[in-house]
Amino acid sequence: MSAVLDKPVVAAPRAARPVKTNAFEPNWVRYTLIGIALAFLTLFLFVPLVAVFAEALKKGWDTYLASILDPDAISAIKLTLIAAGIAVPLNLVFGVAAAWAIAKFEFRGKSILLTLIDLPFSVSPVIAGLIYVLIFGAQGWFGQWLMDHDVKILFAVPGIVLATIFITFPFVARELIPLMQQQGNEEEEAALVLGASGWQTFRRVTLPNIKWGLLYGVILCNARAMGEFGAVSVVSGHIRGETNTMPLQVEILYNEYNFTAAFAIASLLALLALVTLAIKSFIEWRLHLSMRADAGTTERTE
Amino acid sequence: MNLIQPRAPGRVIPGFGLSLGFTIFYLALIVLIPLSAVFLKTFTMTWEAFWSAVTSERVIASYKLSFGASLIAASLNVVFGGIVAWVLVRYKFPGKRFIDALVDLPFALPTAVAGITLTALYSNNGWIGKYLEQFGIKVAFTPLGVVVALTFIGLPFVVRTVQPVLEEAERELEEAAASLGASPLQTFFRVILPTIIPALLTGFALAFARATGEYGSVIFIAGNLPMVSEITPLFIITKLEQYDYAGATAIAVVMLVVSFILLLTINLLQAWTRRRAGKK
Repeated sequence: MSAVLDKPVVAAPRAARPVKTNAFEPNWVRYTLIGIALAFLTLFLFVPLVAVFAEALKKGWDTYLASILDPDAISAIKLTLIAAGIAVPLNLVFGVAAAWAIAKFEFRGKSILLTLIDLPFSVSPVIAGLIYVLIFGAQGWFGQWLMDHDVKILFAVPGIVLATIFITFPFVARELIPLMQQQGNEEEEAALVLGASGWQTFRRVTLPNIKWGLLYGVILCNARAMGEFGAVSVVSGHIRGETNTMPLQVEILYNEYNFTAAFAIASLLALLALVTLAIKSFIEWRLHLSMRADAGTTERTE
Repeated sequence: MNLIQPRAPGRVIPGFGLSLGFTIFYLALIVLIPLSAVFLKTFTMTWEAFWSAVTSERVIASYKLSFGASLIAASLNVVFGGIVAWVLVRYKFPGKRFIDALVDLPFALPTAVAGITLTALYSNNGWIGKYLEQFGIKVAFTPLGVVVALTFIGLPFVVRTVQPVLEEAERELEEAAASLGASPLQTFFRVILPTIIPALLTGFALAFARATGEYGSVIFIAGNLPMVSEITPLFIITKLEQYDYAGATAIAVVMLVVSFILLLTINLLQAWTRRRAGKK
């Protein structure tokens, strides 16, 4: 997922230059390329997106609602909300702390730290689940101790939360670090010199500056937290009504050939994805506006 | 506190110890210590046991499928993602903003949802599968299905890495080349391609890295036949379900090493992209 994050939130001002007609590029080339791009996106994006909802509503609204209001589905929805509700705030606090340390200070080993923060993105979700089996499983590091003290982590809610935290670990940090690096230290230094405390400076100066980037990181983190499948699947144990998150419930229903119910829950997750994309586009638009306002007042050199 | 008279510039700002301390503590707790468990576990194996676990016939077949399908999917994404990026940056057409936003769908859509949807579409009676069926092409439950799922998952990477580079590219150069008599193809190969090639390669590496570890979207459409359509991450799960933790871990180590090499490659490629962009 790192591509979307490697692109800084404040990307190059989109379409800052008017799109000119290029006299050297024949029209047929233009239409062919647009045609290929649209055909590819239709086949791989639009059709699947429409299909989720079509399959979910195949047997009508009543079946759809019944599938969503099924007790197992409700408990899966609750568990998904719990896992995301714990993982996202923790990774948010981490993201802010990491961005503060990395963007505001110079120290040795910074690039190693950056690479390490990115690690969970390059680890297969299955391996992310496996590591917790190795630590908390019956044969694992703490397996015996946990069994003696009757603490359940694996195949229970704590394991699902841990796997979710691991998978969504870098999201907020990866958004905030480039943003705060770009903004520099001047405003914070001014506030501190004028007598603000560190905490006041963070709340009154830094936070307003990074709020859109922060929100951007949080919604991406949340989407992944709610949708994670592979890692959670390894640690969940698939106990119906207890350790099934929404994606796992989708899998179980699908494997039982209960396609309509599987797609009904899938459609909720697809809606979540669409809402995420809408908020993301809104934030990009806001950032783009504020970038242009900045460029207009300070550094318009052209 | 030395807020009023800072000793050195850059130390005016408080919280260095706290923020870095917490960062390293949390990183170690959540990522580094758990990941080290994988490597420590393999140290309990003998070299022979490790080697036979990671080179069994069935696991070799799964490497071939995982890496082969990822390679094809990432290549498809370079071609089509490159075209999509070009069209989104250079042309105006109705619905462009909407399409631009929707490109990130594979990032936002849970993989299990993508998996069951693609399977429904490409199975024999699915919207797309029934037409392909007439030509004798089977996608669902074959290695081809794996390629389809991995293409979907990797779709945004190339688009999102090439897009900003194309936006920054100086179009005057293309116009100069064309006015000096270069054909459109020459302009493309001599002017445009050299500008975007680092970004294309970065996007390729990112899509490939994501595809090799992908699980959720693939297992539904793959059919999961051992030796034929079983991907490596699924094989790890199979080993776990047989309580062969050591075997699962050994294969995980192979995949982790590949991921680290890819991560390093991606970092180098990104540095190259930035240098190329900065030099102009």
